[in-house]
Amino acid sequence: MFSVFSYSFMQYALVAALFTGLAAPTVGTYLVQKRLSLMGDGIGHVAVTGVALGLLTGASPTWTAVAVAILGSVAIELIRERGSANGDVALALLFYGGIAGGVMITGIAGQSAQTLNTYLFGGLLSMQPSDVVITAILATVVLLLCIGLGPQLFAVAQDAEFARVAGLNVRAYNLLVAVMAAVTVTVAMRTVGLLLVSALMVVPVAAAQQVTRSFRTTLAAAMGIGVFAALGGLIASAYLSKAATIAPGPTIVLLALACFVLAWPVGSMLRRRERMRQPFEALPPLGHEETGEHPHEHGEDCGHLAIPHGDHVDYVHDGHRHAPHGEHYDEH
Amino acid sequence: MSTHPDLVVSARGLSVVLGGRPILRRVDLDVRRGEFVALMGANGSGKSTLVRALTGLRPVAAGEVRLFDTPLDRFHERQRLGFVPQRPGAGGGVPASVWEVVSSGRLTRRRWLRPFGSADRTAIRAALDVVGLADRVGDSVSTLSGGQQQRVLIARALAGEPELLFLDEPTAGVDLPNQVALADALGILKSRGATIVLVAHELGPLAPLIDRAVVMRDGRVAYDGPALDDHAVHGPLFGDSHTHHHHATDTGAPHAPRVAAPLDTAEEGS
Repeated sequence: MFSVFSYSFMQYALVAALFTGLAAPTVGTYLVQKRLSLMGDGIGHVAVTGVALGLLTGASPTWTAVAVAILGSVAIELIRERGSANGDVALALLFYGGIAGGVMITGIAGQSAQTLNTYLFGGLLSMQPSDVVITAILATVVLLLCIGLGPQLFAVAQDAEFARVAGLNVRAYNLLVAVMAAVTVTVAMRTVGLLLVSALMVVPVAAAQQVTRSFRTTLAAAMGIGVFAALGGLIASAYLSKAATIAPGPTIVLLALACFVLAWPVGSMLRRRERMRQPFEALPPLGHEETGEHPHEHGEDCGHLAIPHGDHVDYVHDGHRHAPHGEHYDEH
Repeated sequence: MSTHPDLVVSARGLSVVLGGRPILRRVDLDVRRGEFVALMGANGSGKSTLVRALTGLRPVAAGEVRLFDTPLDRFHERQRLGFVPQRPGAGGGVPASVWEVVSSGRLTRRRWLRPFGSADRTAIRAALDVVGLADRVGDSVSTLSGGQQQRVLIARALAGEPELLFLDEPTAGVDLPNQVALADALGILKSRGATIVLVAHELGPLAPLIDRAVVMRDGRVAYDGPALDDHAVHGPLFGDSHTHHHHATDTGAPHAPRVAAPLDTAEEGS
């Protein structure tokens, strides 16, 4: 039991996973709200070139990835802002350019595909104390901004036009979210890997919103699921790697997906119940139509749903709507 | 350019060009404190573009817009201004509660990194009371009907306690009971002395509240005077021979071909 945790690289990795699991779904909530779920994926692709530049020049791949990812995210945001009908094609060009460039430059740098793999899918052994410190600082900055500027970021993501009329600098806030997404991608790079980082931003949010009704609870639940998946996935991959070579990224993402698979039926049931309990239109019935002989009296526990209808309730009974009227029931 | 403290909105020779096409041409419009003005006209007549130019959402190509006797580009007292956009489709991709959406209307009066005070909460509750949704605060906005969502957007604008309220087609696609609820809410505001500028294709239950109608036709003001009934607005004078409502869809510029390269800009027109 203690064997895995006693390794220092594992301790570093756990700290990094904790911060990643908190920060990634936080930014991800804003991305999902803006319907930009795939933006993290795009930034991840672009960041591959950044990592490769670091390998080529001997600079820290983390910092070159941060720089290139920020440039890429700003480009993506500016293309999106122009609102062109073909904006998605422009994004595709950027993504493929990023990953092709990255693989090519890695080859030129004389590094093996194995080196690049630890950045693409995460790797425990690559963790250095300095990486952990950088991860913690960057993730904390992202968290503070996301929560401190929450009301402003929420307003901009919810309704950009309203936010502009209210005097908010919409472009600045959109760029801030894009830059925070880029920073998060590089923070998560060592733990989940560039190709799967977007999943840790989006999947916890998708799982959380199955059962939530407000933005704030979605954000909090997504952070909880993110931490659970990041730590749980990392520990699972450490144990599994005794039997096979398993990178932490896939286990983390699969664990997050498992949370979604569990939350989805619950959410679907809650939504169905909510639809069934919607009040009926407050319109009077077309005429006075009595039900025939009624086998029982509708009430608190007759087993039939009581739905508000104007100033009274209708009981839903075999596809009919029965409203009490004196000694009998009317069809409503 | 005459300045007058009682003029809440003043546009002089206002022109708006979108994608190279003139949409508004030399529009003059004055709105006095406490007035309830309906901007009417056919689709594509420029009524929505006019409201968007007055709120700073569309660039002004020529002419001048003044709000509260201040040029628009130097107008920073945003808490005096309320805006109700046309109802967005399904909202964001994450659930948002009625309370959260309405409280974002308080941002014009809130400093950075400050939590809500009791004045904020009181204003948000009062705004929800006016639109009659005080019992739905915890519900997700996406579970409300279209008309109720429109009332949430009105409450959001009211939460900022504005003196001047712009509404862009608040009644479009809203059923009659909700239109009545909306008219009640605007009636309360009017009685409190707010100035209201409302874009509408048809007035319906709002008609008794209107002090003045401005009818747009092809980017110019065709009529400015006492309220008209719906039928007169859609008469041949204003270039709309039929009375049913085609709701404007966001397919981009209506009169321009839609072929674009990846980096071209999209221009909206309405």
